Amino acid sequence: MKIGVFTFGGGYAMIPIIEEEVTKKRKWISEIEIMDILAISESTPGPIAVNTATYVGYKVAGVTGGIIATIGLAIPSFAIIFVISFFYQDFMKWPVIAAMFKGLKVGVIILLFSAVIRLKKGVKVNFISVLLFVIALSLMLVFSFIDTGFKYLSLSLILLGIITGIVLTLIANKKERKE
Amino acid sequence: MIFFELFYTFFLIGLFTFGGGYAMIPMIQEQVVSKGWISESNLTDFIAVSEATPGPFAINISTFVGNSVGGTFGAICATIGVILPSIIVILIIAMIMKKFMKNKYVQGALNGVRPIVLALILSTALMLLIKVIFLKGNSFNGEWEFDIRSFALLIILSGMLFIYKKVRKKSLGAIKLLGLSALLGIIIFTV
Repeated sequence: MKIGVFTFGGGYAMIPIIEEEVTKKRKWISEIEIMDILAISESTPGPIAVNTATYVGYKVAGVTGGIIATIGLAIPSFAIIFVISFFYQDFMKWPVIAAMFKGLKVGVIILLFSAVIRLKKGVKVNFISVLLFVIALSLMLVFSFIDTGFKYLSLSLILLGIITGIVLTLIANKKERKE
Repeated sequence: MIFFELFYTFFLIGLFTFGGGYAMIPMIQEQVVSKGWISESNLTDFIAVSEATPGPFAINISTFVGNSVGGTFGAICATIGVILPSIIVILIIAMIMKKFMKNKYVQGALNGVRPIVLALILSTALMLLIKVIFLKGNSFNGEWEFDIRSFALLIILSGMLFIYKKVRKKSLGAIKLLGLSALLGIIIFTV
């Protein structure tokens, strides 16, 4: 039942599919919650895809749900790679397979863009949030073209968001007290 | 014992990798290549295969190395090893978060983090777009080359989705979209 959700999850493709299946179709989790889960997955050890699956599974059906969702995520890639590993050196030389994966990549790009458009609804638009968004986006793009050897950019950006959020809450608290 | 060693090695890799699967590559070089489980050039080849197949890189690489070192059971040990730290850590955090979700500071932190996450996803999309359409090979240091076929596919797919949305009043499901893109990919890239 739950496993079915994650049958074609993985890598880049994973975020939009989880988002669509879990928030839009099944309404297990809201768009806002899915962003929080992604942030937590990014800032904790372990691959994001695995972390997200565990978290979503837990939210929906407790500890067992977390474990089953993660296993469900692992099985398809496990099976595919297991088969490929026997003849992987020739694998990409098949023109049909290579063409299919090239097509899939374009599909994934479209999925990612549409996920961004849907998730945008979960973000409050104000000066600070737009500023954070612009900073994060430009740093990510600049860093991918200049190889600095710095591997923790996305983690640092998440931390920046957390700290900014807490500082803003502290400021808001002080204002409240004065009034 | 090789099975325990596989499990333990990938458990460590899972525990100490932050962020996406590729953050794992240095750890793999250190822990796996040094043990002679996979050669440097095989690892590079495998990264290319992994990039082209579905599934998180972490699970792909652990299955592959586990299988080549210890057969089927080795693959299972390595894969369980790599996902176990995530399961444990995330379950603990999820339980803690459940209690503190209503806390003002936790809410504040989450408000700050949401625009960042949105930017991270958008940047993934943009970087993938640039890679697929404008770059030769998979590296950002590679040569620039406009891939007219990928670009055509992107336009055709977007057009089809737009029309589908207008006609059916809802968007095409993700899995169906991927099936369609694979099919069109075969047509466009093999002709």
